[in-house]
Amino acid sequence: MKYSYYPGCSLESTAKEYDDSVREVCRILGVDLEELEDWVCCGASSGHSSNHLLSHVLPGRDLAVAEKSGLDVMTPCPACFLRLKLTRHKVIQDNELRSQVEAAVGLTYTARLDVKNILDVMYSDVGVDSIREKVTKPLGDVKLVSYYGCYFVRPPDIVCFDDPENPQSMDEILTVLGADALDWAGKVDCCGASLSLSRKDIVVDLIGNIVELARDVGAEGIVCACPLCQVNLDTRQAGEVLPVFYLTELMGLAMGSRKTNSWFGKHIVDPLKLLRSYALI
Amino acid sequence: MSSLQVLDKSGIAKCDLAFSTQLASDSNINRCYQCLTCSLGCPVTAYMDYLPHQMVRMVQLGLKEQVLRSSTIWLCASCETCITRCPNEVDIPGIMDSLKQMAMQEGIESKELVVTNFHTVFMDNIRSYGRQYELSLMMMLKLKNKDYFSDIFPLGLKMMLKRKMNLLPPGGKAKGEMKAILERLEES
Repeated sequence: MKYSYYPGCSLESTAKEYDDSVREVCRILGVDLEELEDWVCCGASSGHSSNHLLSHVLPGRDLAVAEKSGLDVMTPCPACFLRLKLTRHKVIQDNELRSQVEAAVGLTYTARLDVKNILDVMYSDVGVDSIREKVTKPLGDVKLVSYYGCYFVRPPDIVCFDDPENPQSMDEILTVLGADALDWAGKVDCCGASLSLSRKDIVVDLIGNIVELARDVGAEGIVCACPLCQVNLDTRQAGEVLPVFYLTELMGLAMGSRKTNSWFGKHIVDPLKLLRSYALI
Repeated sequence: MSSLQVLDKSGIAKCDLAFSTQLASDSNINRCYQCLTCSLGCPVTAYMDYLPHQMVRMVQLGLKEQVLRSSTIWLCASCETCITRCPNEVDIPGIMDSLKQMAMQEGIESKELVVTNFHTVFMDNIRSYGRQYELSLMMMLKLKNKDYFSDIFPLGLKMMLKRKMNLLPPGGKAKGEMKAILERLEES
């Protein structure tokens, strides 16, 4: 199993522990990642807020380069994932857009290769059975909620993955890792994403609601797979705080990786107390 | 939230039907039957001046000025909940994007300047470095918003100490790539 790997900007900075844990877990599971050559930013929310063509040219450049390798693209960041997947979708539908993108990037782009998110790769391609085989240190029924946020599951016609209102893939993975994945109502709520740097007040409210929903079912921690969700949850909680994990960090922990401490040390809300109480570190 | 005002002082609504037609072409907007599902599921309605279903109606009516000057276009978090639940597949996030682009191109004063500044600075950063350079993004944003102290202590300091923010700009050849892309875009 091999993919072109598009980490995206956050994974080089605020989410270094996500990048590191993705690479480590893929290594353990035998998934080869070949980082895309000189990848550029996907433009994220600001791209499509300011310039329509540029918002497709930026992902188009990375997709066109990926085609040289002949491998499907895998990205851990759901925001990058939607930008790449949407551009592929639009280019397939619209020949004029394809020509414009090709002219700007100076490469041909046939859109023959797929774009996948990390959850899809872990759940559909690797599969829960293969994950189960690698678990050496089960998570001891620690009570967690899986938080999917927006772009793993929405818009469903574009992302074509899991259920848009009540997804299960992350819950199933957490269950094979040995955690108690609780059912809850906040799975696909929005964290406010980039509004965190402009309208912090809104993000504090949204995060407050999500954390309250997690507490309502007795969760001791929140698990996500998005660098924007993680940083917003990790930095914008008020009062008594819950630790916020990347799914791949917990996969690494359950698979006996020795790198886990360097990942958890980067969190703003300290997760070590919880993990110690379950004798997981 | 203000009420939906469509009339000017003379009591005549200023409708721009070309604007309405332009936005209708790719968004299924004329299918909307005002069921309000979009506004009921939207996470940020509490902060908007017009609700998503009202925005759809205003675009149908060609009320260009009102929608481009609304706070709603800037506060939409592009969470895609509305289009996921809309029974008529009206592409509200797509409409919001088009409205933001139009407002920026026409230089219309933003009702949420801090949000607009974020997008401008974010794109300037990508143009300069090829990838996002968080430290520069934060600094430029603070200068632009004249907000020098929020989130510096303790959060910003913690992020620096935990090396969650790089001091140096991103490496690699992304910068050169981006320059070439932008030049070709300008040519075409």
